[in-house]
Amino acid sequence: MEDERNILEVRDLKIDFKTYAGRVKAIRDVSFDLRKGETLAIVGESGSGKSVTTRSIMGLLAQNAVVTGGSIEFKGDDLLKKSDKQMDAIRGRDIAEIFQDPMTSLDPTMKIGKQIAEPLMIHKGMKKEKAYAQALEMMKLVGITDAEKRINNYPHQFSGGMRQRIVIAIALVNYPEILIADEPTTALDVTIQAQILDLMKELQEKINTSIIFITHDLGVVAGMADRVAVMYAGKLVEYGTVDEIFYNPKHPYTWGLLNSMPTMDTTGDELPSIPGTPPDLLDPPAGDAFAPRNPYALKIDTEQEPPFFKVSDTHYAATWLLDERAPKVTPPEPIIERQKHFKELTAAALKSHKNQHVNEQEEQL
Amino acid sequence: MVKYLGKRIFYIVLTLFIVTTVTFFLMKFMPGTPLTNQAKLTPEQIHQIYKQYGLDKPLWYQYLAYLGGALHGNFGTSFQFSDQPVSYLIGTRIGPSLQLGAQAMVLGTIIGIIIGAVGAVKKDTWVDTTATIVSILGISIPSFVLAVLLQYYLGLKLKMFPIADWQGFAYTVLPTLALAAAPLAETARFMRTEMVDVLSSDYIELAKAKGLNKMGIIYHHALRNSLIPIVTIIGPLAVNIMTGSMVVENIFSIPGIGEQFVKSVLTNDYPTIMGLTIMYSFMLCVVILITDILYGVIDPRIRINK
Amino acid sequence: MADNPKQLSADDFRLVTDEDKKNLDSEKITAPSLTFIQDSWRRLKKNKAAMISLVLIVILFLLAFTSGFWQPHNPNDANPNLANLPPKIPGIDINGFNGTLNQGGTRVDAYAQAGVGKSVHFLMGTDYLGRDLFSRILYGTRISLTIALVASFFDLTVGVIYGIVSGWKGGRIDNFMQRFIEIMLSIPYIVIMVLLILVLKPGMSAIILAIAITSWINMARLVRAQTLELKNQEFILAARTLGESPLKIAFKHLLPNLTSVIIINMMFTIPTAIFNEAFLSYIGIGISAPQASLGTLINDGQKNFQFLPYQMWYPAIVLVILMIAFNLLGDGLRDAFDPKSRE
Repeated sequence: MEDERNILEVRDLKIDFKTYAGRVKAIRDVSFDLRKGETLAIVGESGSGKSVTTRSIMGLLAQNAVVTGGSIEFKGDDLLKKSDKQMDAIRGRDIAEIFQDPMTSLDPTMKIGKQIAEPLMIHKGMKKEKAYAQALEMMKLVGITDAEKRINNYPHQFSGGMRQRIVIAIALVNYPEILIADEPTTALDVTIQAQILDLMKELQEKINTSIIFITHDLGVVAGMADRVAVMYAGKLVEYGTVDEIFYNPKHPYTWGLLNSMPTMDTTGDELPSIPGTPPDLLDPPAGDAFAPRNPYALKIDTEQEPPFFKVSDTHYAATWLLDERAPKVTPPEPIIERQKHFKELTAAALKSHKNQHVNEQEEQL
Repeated sequence: MVKYLGKRIFYIVLTLFIVTTVTFFLMKFMPGTPLTNQAKLTPEQIHQIYKQYGLDKPLWYQYLAYLGGALHGNFGTSFQFSDQPVSYLIGTRIGPSLQLGAQAMVLGTIIGIIIGAVGAVKKDTWVDTTATIVSILGISIPSFVLAVLLQYYLGLKLKMFPIADWQGFAYTVLPTLALAAAPLAETARFMRTEMVDVLSSDYIELAKAKGLNKMGIIYHHALRNSLIPIVTIIGPLAVNIMTGSMVVENIFSIPGIGEQFVKSVLTNDYPTIMGLTIMYSFMLCVVILITDILYGVIDPRIRINK
Repeated sequence: MADNPKQLSADDFRLVTDEDKKNLDSEKITAPSLTFIQDSWRRLKKNKAAMISLVLIVILFLLAFTSGFWQPHNPNDANPNLANLPPKIPGIDINGFNGTLNQGGTRVDAYAQAGVGKSVHFLMGTDYLGRDLFSRILYGTRISLTIALVASFFDLTVGVIYGIVSGWKGGRIDNFMQRFIEIMLSIPYIVIMVLLILVLKPGMSAIILAIAITSWINMARLVRAQTLELKNQEFILAARTLGESPLKIAFKHLLPNLTSVIIINMMFTIPTAIFNEAFLSYIGIGISAPQASLGTLINDGQKNFQFLPYQMWYPAIVLVILMIAFNLLGDGLRDAFDPKSRE
């Protein structure tokens, strides 16, 4: 899977947390790639290990976290082997992060101009005037009106949406190659959410950065991501292009996630939800971690972890349902609808590309 | 700002008026007078003395006279030193007390801030443990015990500093140390808690994500944010130092108002007790006012709202 | 990435039945589930300093309050012949604990000089009137602990009620109550205590009253702040909407949520009260002679510190241990109740 286009390659990452009750296996063999200029969404319930994964990329894991295996290759170097000092030089220059809550992620006692200029002064050794001038440019870029005046304001003088724009400005001021956005819109109003997402897309084009977009909200993913990785209980369970995940999902957990997402045609009183709770990672179950909540669980799911089955060159899913010996199951109604839509999409694509492969896979379910 | 200041000063005056009134009537209900210990006086002599202090007048008259005097800084004449007005007594003794108090405050808060900050940064290491032990000891050892130990070991045994009296800076060292211990410990505890809190906040996480190194984070973001709330404990620390000065000045024979207060209490010198009570209250009000203003100046969130 | 599965039978690929699911025990939680109090207790138990302090406090309580039955001497029995005898502990022959004194460079048996029999021991020596220091320290500890109980009592009653009423009522009542507290806070509390004691004549009851009047203020402020915060939370609003009486809301909904604030603050009121009593007794207007308080004992001992240091060391050490124990226990409780503060 070595690929020129990959800017980041995470391989077999394993992370434990030491707690009073024992070791929590938060990340269990996670592998994925990030390509230049793309947006990769990592989707999952809270506690699935999305944030821990990105923290490990930033080298900002909590004190009680231990990386027990794997590698994170960035431009040919393993970030996990870097010293604190080397990571300081990478953070904020090559890899930047936006956090969930803009109300708390800005220093309340520092003028925002200085907060935006800080990464420039740290990494580029810029003098104050030059850094401030560039910070001002960045403020305009992220859409802060009256930037010349507001550069001397304190965070509490801005609204939540404006603050998140400032946080984005801080993250992007050094034109990083990778931007990690950890639920950047969760704490915002719905209308503001859309604005921030638009801004991120717009800036991604201008700056040509790759984005890892962490969210629990599949709805946000659709318009934002190029590829999607679904995470459950510290493992990836399915990944593929955004169309593949949305319209041809293979893993029952992805089905559940998609079903619990409201759409334009959602009718009835209740959104379907996935019953039960994620497993306790102190003592991960023997087979597929999702098996106890899975209405399509096979016996093998309770005994042996499923490997990744290839659905297409870009689409993989870890479920025994894709094994040729598995019984044919009927996915929930809305998923069949989605798959129909996918067939139309691929049929259209087929006309030009003649790709038999996807269709074969299609018949399996 | 002017309006705020005016309102605060009005409240201080009101407070002092209430304190003066309550103290005055409390003193009138005191059992015994300074003369009870001098049984040999004849009725004429007693009458003479009462007249001298205005004690023969009706209560309301005495009260109004006292209030009027207090407005002009006249708190009557000391019972103990019959030729000295209370205001003169306080005037000559306030200097050493203020100097000691200021020295102890500065020393205590600065070292306390350093200890607290280091403890927070090195959280859960032996450094933190040591810092915690220092602050627990500082809070738990009463100033009167510490003063005696300092006086005996550093003064008498090691002869590093003079044991007692008030004749220059060297004489202030031991009492300052004894007074500074408690504020130091309080500040260290408070600072550690604040700093631990700040260090685990989201904006520190963002500072790390910017690539700031540990020292940069502490210097640029953590210190300022944890220092601001320290201002709020200066009032209680001042109370602490005032209390401590009553015994420490006594132990080191320093002619300050703390020593005078204890002496007056033990000799039932009511006018001096009243004068000093108002004085203490006044100083405390001023300290609280200054810290409130200071807080507004250094915290941008409050500054704008006012 | 798909590696080859091992030898698997067809049976492995059947759908899991409801019967199988039961055996899966899907929501099995390995970590024990704990209530708030249990969880706090678990954290407190892990805090060695706090646990040692707790044990120490219990021991001191037992010793001080039962000392009347077993104390070796009457704490108020003066005997000039036995004045200033150094500590003598049976079976220990270390200078400082064997009843000898350094006089002009040589160690002499002070007990023999005073003409007392071999069987007489004063574990911590005697004071300038020949009273047994050990028994007096036990008595002084009892005073300190009584003060601690009194202060806690007023904290729990006056402080908590004042805080709840002020926070709950709000408006002008709150404003007035807060002004009163502000005035109390604008005089150093020790000055208030001194004035009160002067009016009431020094003694145990005056000290208790002085502590009662000053100790609850901090509690009232904290409880008020917490009440203000709780007042507008949904569960309280729900109770109000349902028409529950204010008293019932206070006891059923407010108090349980105030518990940790109350307990933590009480643990810090206690050492303050103990210090205040010692301070007042030390300056000479607290517990009056011949009764002993740790403060008066330290004051007496200090006069002779150069020659008979044990007379100050022992009461001072006991006082400091009391203060440390209550402070450490308070710290421990705060950390235990507020898991945020110490992960």
